[in-house]
Amino acid sequence: MPIPSPLHSRTAPLCITQEWRDWSGYLAAITYQPAHEVEYYAVRNAAGLLDVSPLYKYEVTGPDALRLVNRVMTRDIAKCRVGQVMYSPWCDEDGKVIDDGTIARLGEQHFRLTAADPNLRWFQDVGYGMDADVRDVSTQLAALALQGPNSLPILKILFKEAKLDALKYYYLLQSEFNGTPITITRTGYTGDRGYELWIAPDKAAPLWDRVMEAGKSYGIIPFGLAALDILRVEAGLLLIEVDYTSSQHAKIPAQKSSPYEIGLGWAADLSKDEFIGQRALQAEKKAGSPRSFVGLEVDWKDLDRLYGAVNLPPQVAGRASRIAVPLYANGKHVGQATSMVFSPILKKYVALATVESSYAQMGKEIEFEVTVEYVRVRAKAKVTKSLFYEPPQKKSVARG
Amino acid sequence: MAETKRYDAIVIGGGHNGLVNAAYLAKAGLSVLLLEQRPMVGGATVSEEIYPGFKFTVFSYVVSLLRPEIIRELELPRHGLAILPLESTITPLPGGDYIYRGTDPHETFRNIQRFSPRDAEAYREYGHAMYQMAKAVKYILSIRPPDPTSLHPRELMALLKLGKHFLNLDEQHMYTLAKLMTMSSADFLEEWFEFDPLVATLSASGIIGTFLGPRSPGSAYVLLHHYMGEIDGVFRAWGFAKGGTGGVAEAIASSAQELGVEIRTNAKVAKVATRNGRATGVVLENGDEFEAKQVVSSLDPKLTFLKLLDPKELPSDLVGSISKFETQGSSGKVNLALDALPDLACLPGEGVHLKGAISISPSVAYIERAYDQAKYGQFSEKPYIDIIIPSMIDPQMAPPGKHVMSCFVQYAPYHLRESDWEDQREAFGDAVVNTLSEYIPNLKNIILNRQVLSPWDIEQKIGLSGGNIFQGELSLSQLFFLRPSPGYAQYRTPIRGYYQCGSGTHPGGGITGAPGRLAAFEVLKDARK
Repeated sequence: MPIPSPLHSRTAPLCITQEWRDWSGYLAAITYQPAHEVEYYAVRNAAGLLDVSPLYKYEVTGPDALRLVNRVMTRDIAKCRVGQVMYSPWCDEDGKVIDDGTIARLGEQHFRLTAADPNLRWFQDVGYGMDADVRDVSTQLAALALQGPNSLPILKILFKEAKLDALKYYYLLQSEFNGTPITITRTGYTGDRGYELWIAPDKAAPLWDRVMEAGKSYGIIPFGLAALDILRVEAGLLLIEVDYTSSQHAKIPAQKSSPYEIGLGWAADLSKDEFIGQRALQAEKKAGSPRSFVGLEVDWKDLDRLYGAVNLPPQVAGRASRIAVPLYANGKHVGQATSMVFSPILKKYVALATVESSYAQMGKEIEFEVTVEYVRVRAKAKVTKSLFYEPPQKKSVARG
Repeated sequence: MAETKRYDAIVIGGGHNGLVNAAYLAKAGLSVLLLEQRPMVGGATVSEEIYPGFKFTVFSYVVSLLRPEIIRELELPRHGLAILPLESTITPLPGGDYIYRGTDPHETFRNIQRFSPRDAEAYREYGHAMYQMAKAVKYILSIRPPDPTSLHPRELMALLKLGKHFLNLDEQHMYTLAKLMTMSSADFLEEWFEFDPLVATLSASGIIGTFLGPRSPGSAYVLLHHYMGEIDGVFRAWGFAKGGTGGVAEAIASSAQELGVEIRTNAKVAKVATRNGRATGVVLENGDEFEAKQVVSSLDPKLTFLKLLDPKELPSDLVGSISKFETQGSSGKVNLALDALPDLACLPGEGVHLKGAISISPSVAYIERAYDQAKYGQFSEKPYIDIIIPSMIDPQMAPPGKHVMSCFVQYAPYHLRESDWEDQREAFGDAVVNTLSEYIPNLKNIILNRQVLSPWDIEQKIGLSGGNIFQGELSLSQLFFLRPSPGYAQYRTPIRGYYQCGSGTHPGGGITGAPGRLAAFEVLKDARK
């Protein structure tokens, strides 16, 4: 049975749909209200609050902390300053991605890592013989994601002293909430301006109350995983076990992916000090990757035509789908779309996809399988960047 | 009056492998007679009402290895087979705590995490690795063992195919497989886990039914053998057959009869009749004779070769090898009829944990000490016990509100050094109940009836030599092309028209049905010649 998260006392009464999902063993609301679009628009237009406590969290401390983290991550963490946050995948020795997450540098010798899967054993084993301590703090830290354009003014009401205006994208600051230390990171999984608040579990519920109260006049509502799924696809953010399979869970080698194959080639720093998977990735970089991660935009006119044939308008709006769909070109299978959604703000049907690299150029035409009234047909689609939506406030710094 | 009747084939022994074999032969159109010495079919796969109103899974008690192709091909679900899931395993610990592993992986994770965060993670990875291993060896379960000494093109091709199969394994899995083949189960598991009671519980799968301890090299393979049932495209935990394991035998018997097999019970075979090196039929103890072109024995190798035949008819090296085939049983069974539900001290009251297995395996040293006693000819005073409560899974096993409890106990050596089992049986039963009472305080007050079976009793009741539940040790020296003897691992014997199909042949014991099925194919190959 999934167990309640530290915020369950607050989320449970609000979740009138009683739609919950098991997220890493915790009950997580899928949608609080019957129409998840309301929650989606709150994040794009005002503010939304999400319980992200089920994330796995680790702290690495000690003289060799940087060495350890840098040996795990494909990005160069030496470049991460104190007070900065980085996003990076990590790989096995074969250069296949195990997981991805954020690295917050809390001090010279102090890092906090997030992960989608349990990784304590991996981090500890990588650090064998190093003077660094890896601790699982998953249950010692609750986390709230305050996301949306109004997240900043809401937060400023709560933390008057903190220099929130100056807080840059992927940076953090430390503050206090009712005398309890709190970390505020300018991060999120929505592709909008947003903050994540990390605090001791027993203080999480009062914090939730204060944020909701302060956000009242700013249009805040809680949002669930259904809205999150649309937001993250629009932002081109991939999801483990949906858009790629962890090399630890792959049942056959073909299910594993390198960072290059999931659009994270930019995060593989081959020139930095030795890290796990480096040699394999150097070889792959030289030889080229067989598959590439792309965005897809399904041709609306073609969708109109296919659905029109049975006298229907395109039936693609609603929740994001995680059921992979095959892609074709010249009559042969060339890849699959793994996450797809009708973007409410762009009014486009978009997807995150993995294709054979020869089909990965921008603008390339591919066929996307759609099921129209039980019949499988193919709609035209175009390869695009996976970042479909990026509002200016996502990274901007307020003036004054 | 002696009677003589002719069949295409006669199958000796109505255990699950004999039944499966007979069903496949009849399916191919042969007229088949199956002979069983007991009043009921099933062999070690039986449920019996030992105490009025209570059905005991007398010998074998869980199912998971039964080959899915047999379930499909013999249409066993239509014949009443239903395998119900066993939800979990709980290991009570001496301090009053427990390890619980259930169907929710996150719950299991949290439970193990209380003792070791590393082990909680390792447990998932271990499951994944064993899945890979089971996938790798699954192929072996479905083939006739090739003869590595033969230059016959058919054998060379089979060896080549086998080699290719293993070359498909990636490097890391190849190493894991090599370790499984050579290590002890405890040493293998300690490469993954640090919490000793977890290692102990998992390593128990490496000793069940064998005369090995958790520290004995070779026991890691047995671990894998017990994992192979968990592959079927999906992971499948151990299950409990509705009606007890007898339900499995009844379903196969029903399918076999529908296919035309004639089943005779109370029909103990004394000899296989031969003429000029060829089997011609069988002679029963009561003097009845039956003729057949093909005779298949599902009995263990010792009975198949040395009792049903005159050893003079066999090559002397084969006689030597079969007489030395390891069949000393190591496990006993205690079946209890209970007036109420047993109450675990570590987790009192009714709960889902009672619908799964309860494992008395508090430490590796505990099990190894239990083994030490057996090595020197005594039963374990503090044994390893694998318990299930069948009535919690299938309420028809006992009257409403009452329960049956099946306790598989190790170690109970067939040979006791200073006594015999007729003398020691109840002392052994007492040791089991006393051990259980440490974890189940109300146990002694609710026992209505107790059945204690030592390996010697198992041999007396159903004939298994040495009371060995696998018809012979699952040691590497007795597997694949060595099972039961080099040169005779392809279900044939030196006597033309005489075959073997029991667990003493490849791929070995457990309710798999695989030997029975594979042997049937060999019989049919020859019959068509």
